Amino acid sequence: MSSHIEPAGHPLLAEVNPVAIPRQELVHHGRDFHWITEKVCGIVEAKTPVWWWWCFGVAAFVASFTVAGLIYLVGTGVGVWGHANPVNWAWDIVNFVFWIGIGHAGTLISAILCLLRQKWRTSINRASEAMTIFAVVCAGIFPVFHVGRVWMAWYLFPIPNANYIWQNFRSPLEWDVFAVSTYGTVSVLFWYVGLLPDLGTMRDRFTAAGNLLKARLYGFFAMGWRGSNRHWANYEMAYLILAGVATPLVLSVHTIVSFDFAVSLIPGWHTTIFPPYFVAGAIFSGFGMVMTLMLPLRAIYRLEDLITQYHIDCMCKITLATGTMVGYAYAMEFFIAWYGANPYEGFAFINRAFGHYAWAYWIMITCNVITPQFFWSRRVRENTTLVWILSIFVNVGMWFERFVIIVTSLARDFLPSSWGYYSPSIVEIFTFFGTFGVFSVLFLLFIRFVPIMPMSEVKAVIPQADPHGTGH
Amino acid sequence: MTMKKSYGLIAAFDSTPALFRACEQVRDAGYTRWDATTPFHVHGLDAAMGMRRSKVPRFSLAGGVAGFITGMSMIWFVDAFDYPLIVGGKPYFSPMFAFPVSYELTILFTAFATIGGMFLLNKLPMHYHPLMKAPQFVRAMDDRFYVVIEAADPKFHAAQTRALLAQAGGQDIAELEE
Repeated sequence: MSSHIEPAGHPLLAEVNPVAIPRQELVHHGRDFHWITEKVCGIVEAKTPVWWWWCFGVAAFVASFTVAGLIYLVGTGVGVWGHANPVNWAWDIVNFVFWIGIGHAGTLISAILCLLRQKWRTSINRASEAMTIFAVVCAGIFPVFHVGRVWMAWYLFPIPNANYIWQNFRSPLEWDVFAVSTYGTVSVLFWYVGLLPDLGTMRDRFTAAGNLLKARLYGFFAMGWRGSNRHWANYEMAYLILAGVATPLVLSVHTIVSFDFAVSLIPGWHTTIFPPYFVAGAIFSGFGMVMTLMLPLRAIYRLEDLITQYHIDCMCKITLATGTMVGYAYAMEFFIAWYGANPYEGFAFINRAFGHYAWAYWIMITCNVITPQFFWSRRVRENTTLVWILSIFVNVGMWFERFVIIVTSLARDFLPSSWGYYSPSIVEIFTFFGTFGVFSVLFLLFIRFVPIMPMSEVKAVIPQADPHGTGH
Repeated sequence: MTMKKSYGLIAAFDSTPALFRACEQVRDAGYTRWDATTPFHVHGLDAAMGMRRSKVPRFSLAGGVAGFITGMSMIWFVDAFDYPLIVGGKPYFSPMFAFPVSYELTILFTAFATIGGMFLLNKLPMHYHPLMKAPQFVRAMDDRFYVVIEAADPKFHAAQTRALLAQAGGQDIAELEE
């Protein structure tokens, strides 16, 4: 660029040079290719650690709460949840939006940061995508069981049936069915394509070690990947296109989730700010969860050379940016409620902040607006324990955001005669609590059996990977 | 003793710059049936090997168009043709309300077509390949780089090809069995 601009006469301008800022090191201590292979494969190849069994046991126990809650629900009826007029959407939809939002950070890391050439994404990419898939699994549980007669959940899809009834495609709820199922499917595909080369590495290592059963197993899923450059060219192109379609996908998913609310006429829901506000919130909550998961993993497996302080800084900064956007959206909602001069809308927001659910509103504000502001400080970002604790607050805050949006608006709609107050039943609490176990079980299985980092991608960003020997 | 048929010659390289230069030399020598094996995609190696741009995007485009048409026509069929039902006084069909679902299906079909196209062009799954039974192969997906020139290449000549690989800096040059 600068070569096209003539210095405007002043001799000093000719001497002005752009500052050369050194690139951040993505892998510390000059680790080489083989070290990365040993480190990442070693996690899968080593004997199952004792802590893993303990965690797995606890996670499975917690997951049984979801199973018990759902069995009781199916055996009795959806009335075992605390829903009652006017609050017919409550924890189930709160939990659905909460989990689906968490997934968004994984796709942001794997797709959007890929398009933006943010190379620091490589070491956290695989685990975040796994998080996405497992979060979508947890999210899917709630709307499917909320339909009441779960054995008829297939009515959500346009499958010809005996009643000759088709879906209403004018409804955002039907859009949501397609958005979420596409999102789940494409996330799995994207994750699997990223896994191919690493599965090939695992296959060859198990073959060399003489473990033919595992070699067969990993080999089956590696599809015969052999690192051919003629394959890599197609692979890289496919990966780029997947990133290119996953980007509009992830933005559309939470946009459509927000349409579930924004297309209705309920005060507090019927606002045009919802799509961008939901997407920012989703990424905010997802990065909270990524840090909640990655920081312990980094400590347990001594991955400090691969997930460096620079990676943590980047994640904290994205959390800060999206958290601030969410804070802006909260303020803007209030402003529009006043400026729009609609008494119902105005009341909905005053009620949120000072009504029966004010406690939930202020938890939300504290966790989502104040918590991320700590990340301005470098000293906070360098204190891993503190970052981890703050990331938990982000998760809590974003759950309360969905609770505030959904429940306060429904509990106080247009007619005071139909106002109500919602509290969850024990079945709902169990079911939601258990999804953390479901998620943890899946994530623990993931770190036990799948290379938790894309070795081929991490190798490609270290200086030795450059074919011209200049370092990048 | 019967000698097994030769698949080609394999040469190892320890660094990406060495591999890059070797690929340029093999390309300039006019070979066509040859390949490089790398544990990760080496930037710029496609050009050094004289490869053309990947054809995967054609599959993606076809998938995307098919997905969009599927979405629009499905919604028109179910809501306006097969069982027209008035909901909220809205039209039976409009591309506006059909758009979100068609958009998602565009992405879904694109993803499947992209991955399917990649597998098809790469001729995967292929669980057997002469390279895979070579003892060197365990490092191919780890930290070493290989160039393989097939015996089926019209320019292949056991001695001359071996000399080319040696001169390009290749180490541990060996013959691969079919």
